[in-house]
Amino acid sequence: MTTRDWPLWEVFVRARRGLSHSHVGSLHAPDAEMAVRNARDVFTRREEGVSIWVVPAAAISASSPDEKDAFFDPAADKVYRHPTFYSVPAGVEHL
Amino acid sequence: MYGNHDTTSVPVEAPAADDPTFDRDFMALIDDDGRVEPRDAMPDAYRRGLVRQIAQHAHSEIIGMQPEGSWIGRAPSLKRKAILMAKVQDEAGHGLYLYAAAETLGVDRADLLDRLHTGRQKYSSIFNYPTPTWADIGAIGWLVDGAAITNQVPITKCSYGPYARAMVRICKEESFHQRQGFEILHTLSHGSPQQHAMAQDAVDRWWWPSLMMFGPPDDDSPNSARSMRWGIKRFSNDELRQRFVDMTAPQSHALGLSLPDPELAFDALTGHWRYGEIDFTELFEVIKGNGPLNAQRMAHRTDAHERGDWVREAALGYAAKHARTEAVA
Repeated sequence: MTTRDWPLWEVFVRARRGLSHSHVGSLHAPDAEMAVRNARDVFTRREEGVSIWVVPAAAISASSPDEKDAFFDPAADKVYRHPTFYSVPAGVEHL
Repeated sequence: MYGNHDTTSVPVEAPAADDPTFDRDFMALIDDDGRVEPRDAMPDAYRRGLVRQIAQHAHSEIIGMQPEGSWIGRAPSLKRKAILMAKVQDEAGHGLYLYAAAETLGVDRADLLDRLHTGRQKYSSIFNYPTPTWADIGAIGWLVDGAAITNQVPITKCSYGPYARAMVRICKEESFHQRQGFEILHTLSHGSPQQHAMAQDAVDRWWWPSLMMFGPPDDDSPNSARSMRWGIKRFSNDELRQRFVDMTAPQSHALGLSLPDPELAFDALTGHWRYGEIDFTELFEVIKGNGPLNAQRMAHRTDAHERGDWVREAALGYAAKHARTEAVA
């Protein structure tokens, strides 16, 4: 590693207690500690968060965009997984 | 995801050129107002155009720290100084958001900075003008940031996801910048006659350069049509310029300051403010490098980068030392 190729970190911020961490952006840093400090300065200068995660970008495994149709299509014909699929007789409430 | 490592590992560019259906699929996505994400296939020219635009935008943010940074030590009160520091720090952050967005297209920030430092990539010409008085800080906030916001708000809906998301954050933060500039001018304008004159002088100098920030007129803007076709640009240079004039002309009345254009007048028929002809020869001179401060801005930037190297070295050394300690423990 040199000063030119610090690893990339993906930054996740919990906006407030009760919410999950959400992806806000990314930055370069030589180690996790500096990544957290830099993330604090870059992404939470206006009280946008109460907790920060940093994850090495290289450690993320992702689904392939080339296969996204094949990968996600199986869900398309299973409309019965949604409550709106079912008909409810008039007058029935709280269902 | 923002990772740049995966954009380089996926062969996006090779199939793009060979696959006849590719541009059709891509254009269908654009026509459907869909968003392009980092690992998607995209035309090479779309990628290159975005890298050029986002890098130039990022460079502008960090060069833009200079004209205002020079006033941090001379701000007229502790409050003004704290505000100005916060603003300049924001600009650094905006640079970082944008470099990160550019990196999702498979380029490295270090290389982009090299290109800036060697003059192969440009930054907005507006930062080549000097800031001789405190009122300039007000005029930059009100007019330069105001023009920047007008330009940037439509980019929050641009077709490239990471660029659009960076711009959402930037626009949120910029609105404080414009207001603080307006407030500085308002205070000066309603102060002593000398302060009023100082505010008027700054507005007189920044008005026309601000209008030029929107770029050349539509019929003389070579890249505009393609950018609009690709959903990177949503409105033309002249449309955005008109929008800016319509917003700022009434604000100048509240400031008690005039704008240096005798032809500026509200046209009740169109509902827009008419403005005089812009002398673009000056803009083109500044772009060519003949602006008042081109050389100084670049010298300061490369100097700051070189003198900051020990900080990067120290952070690297610290990380290496801790990695060793952890390995031993």
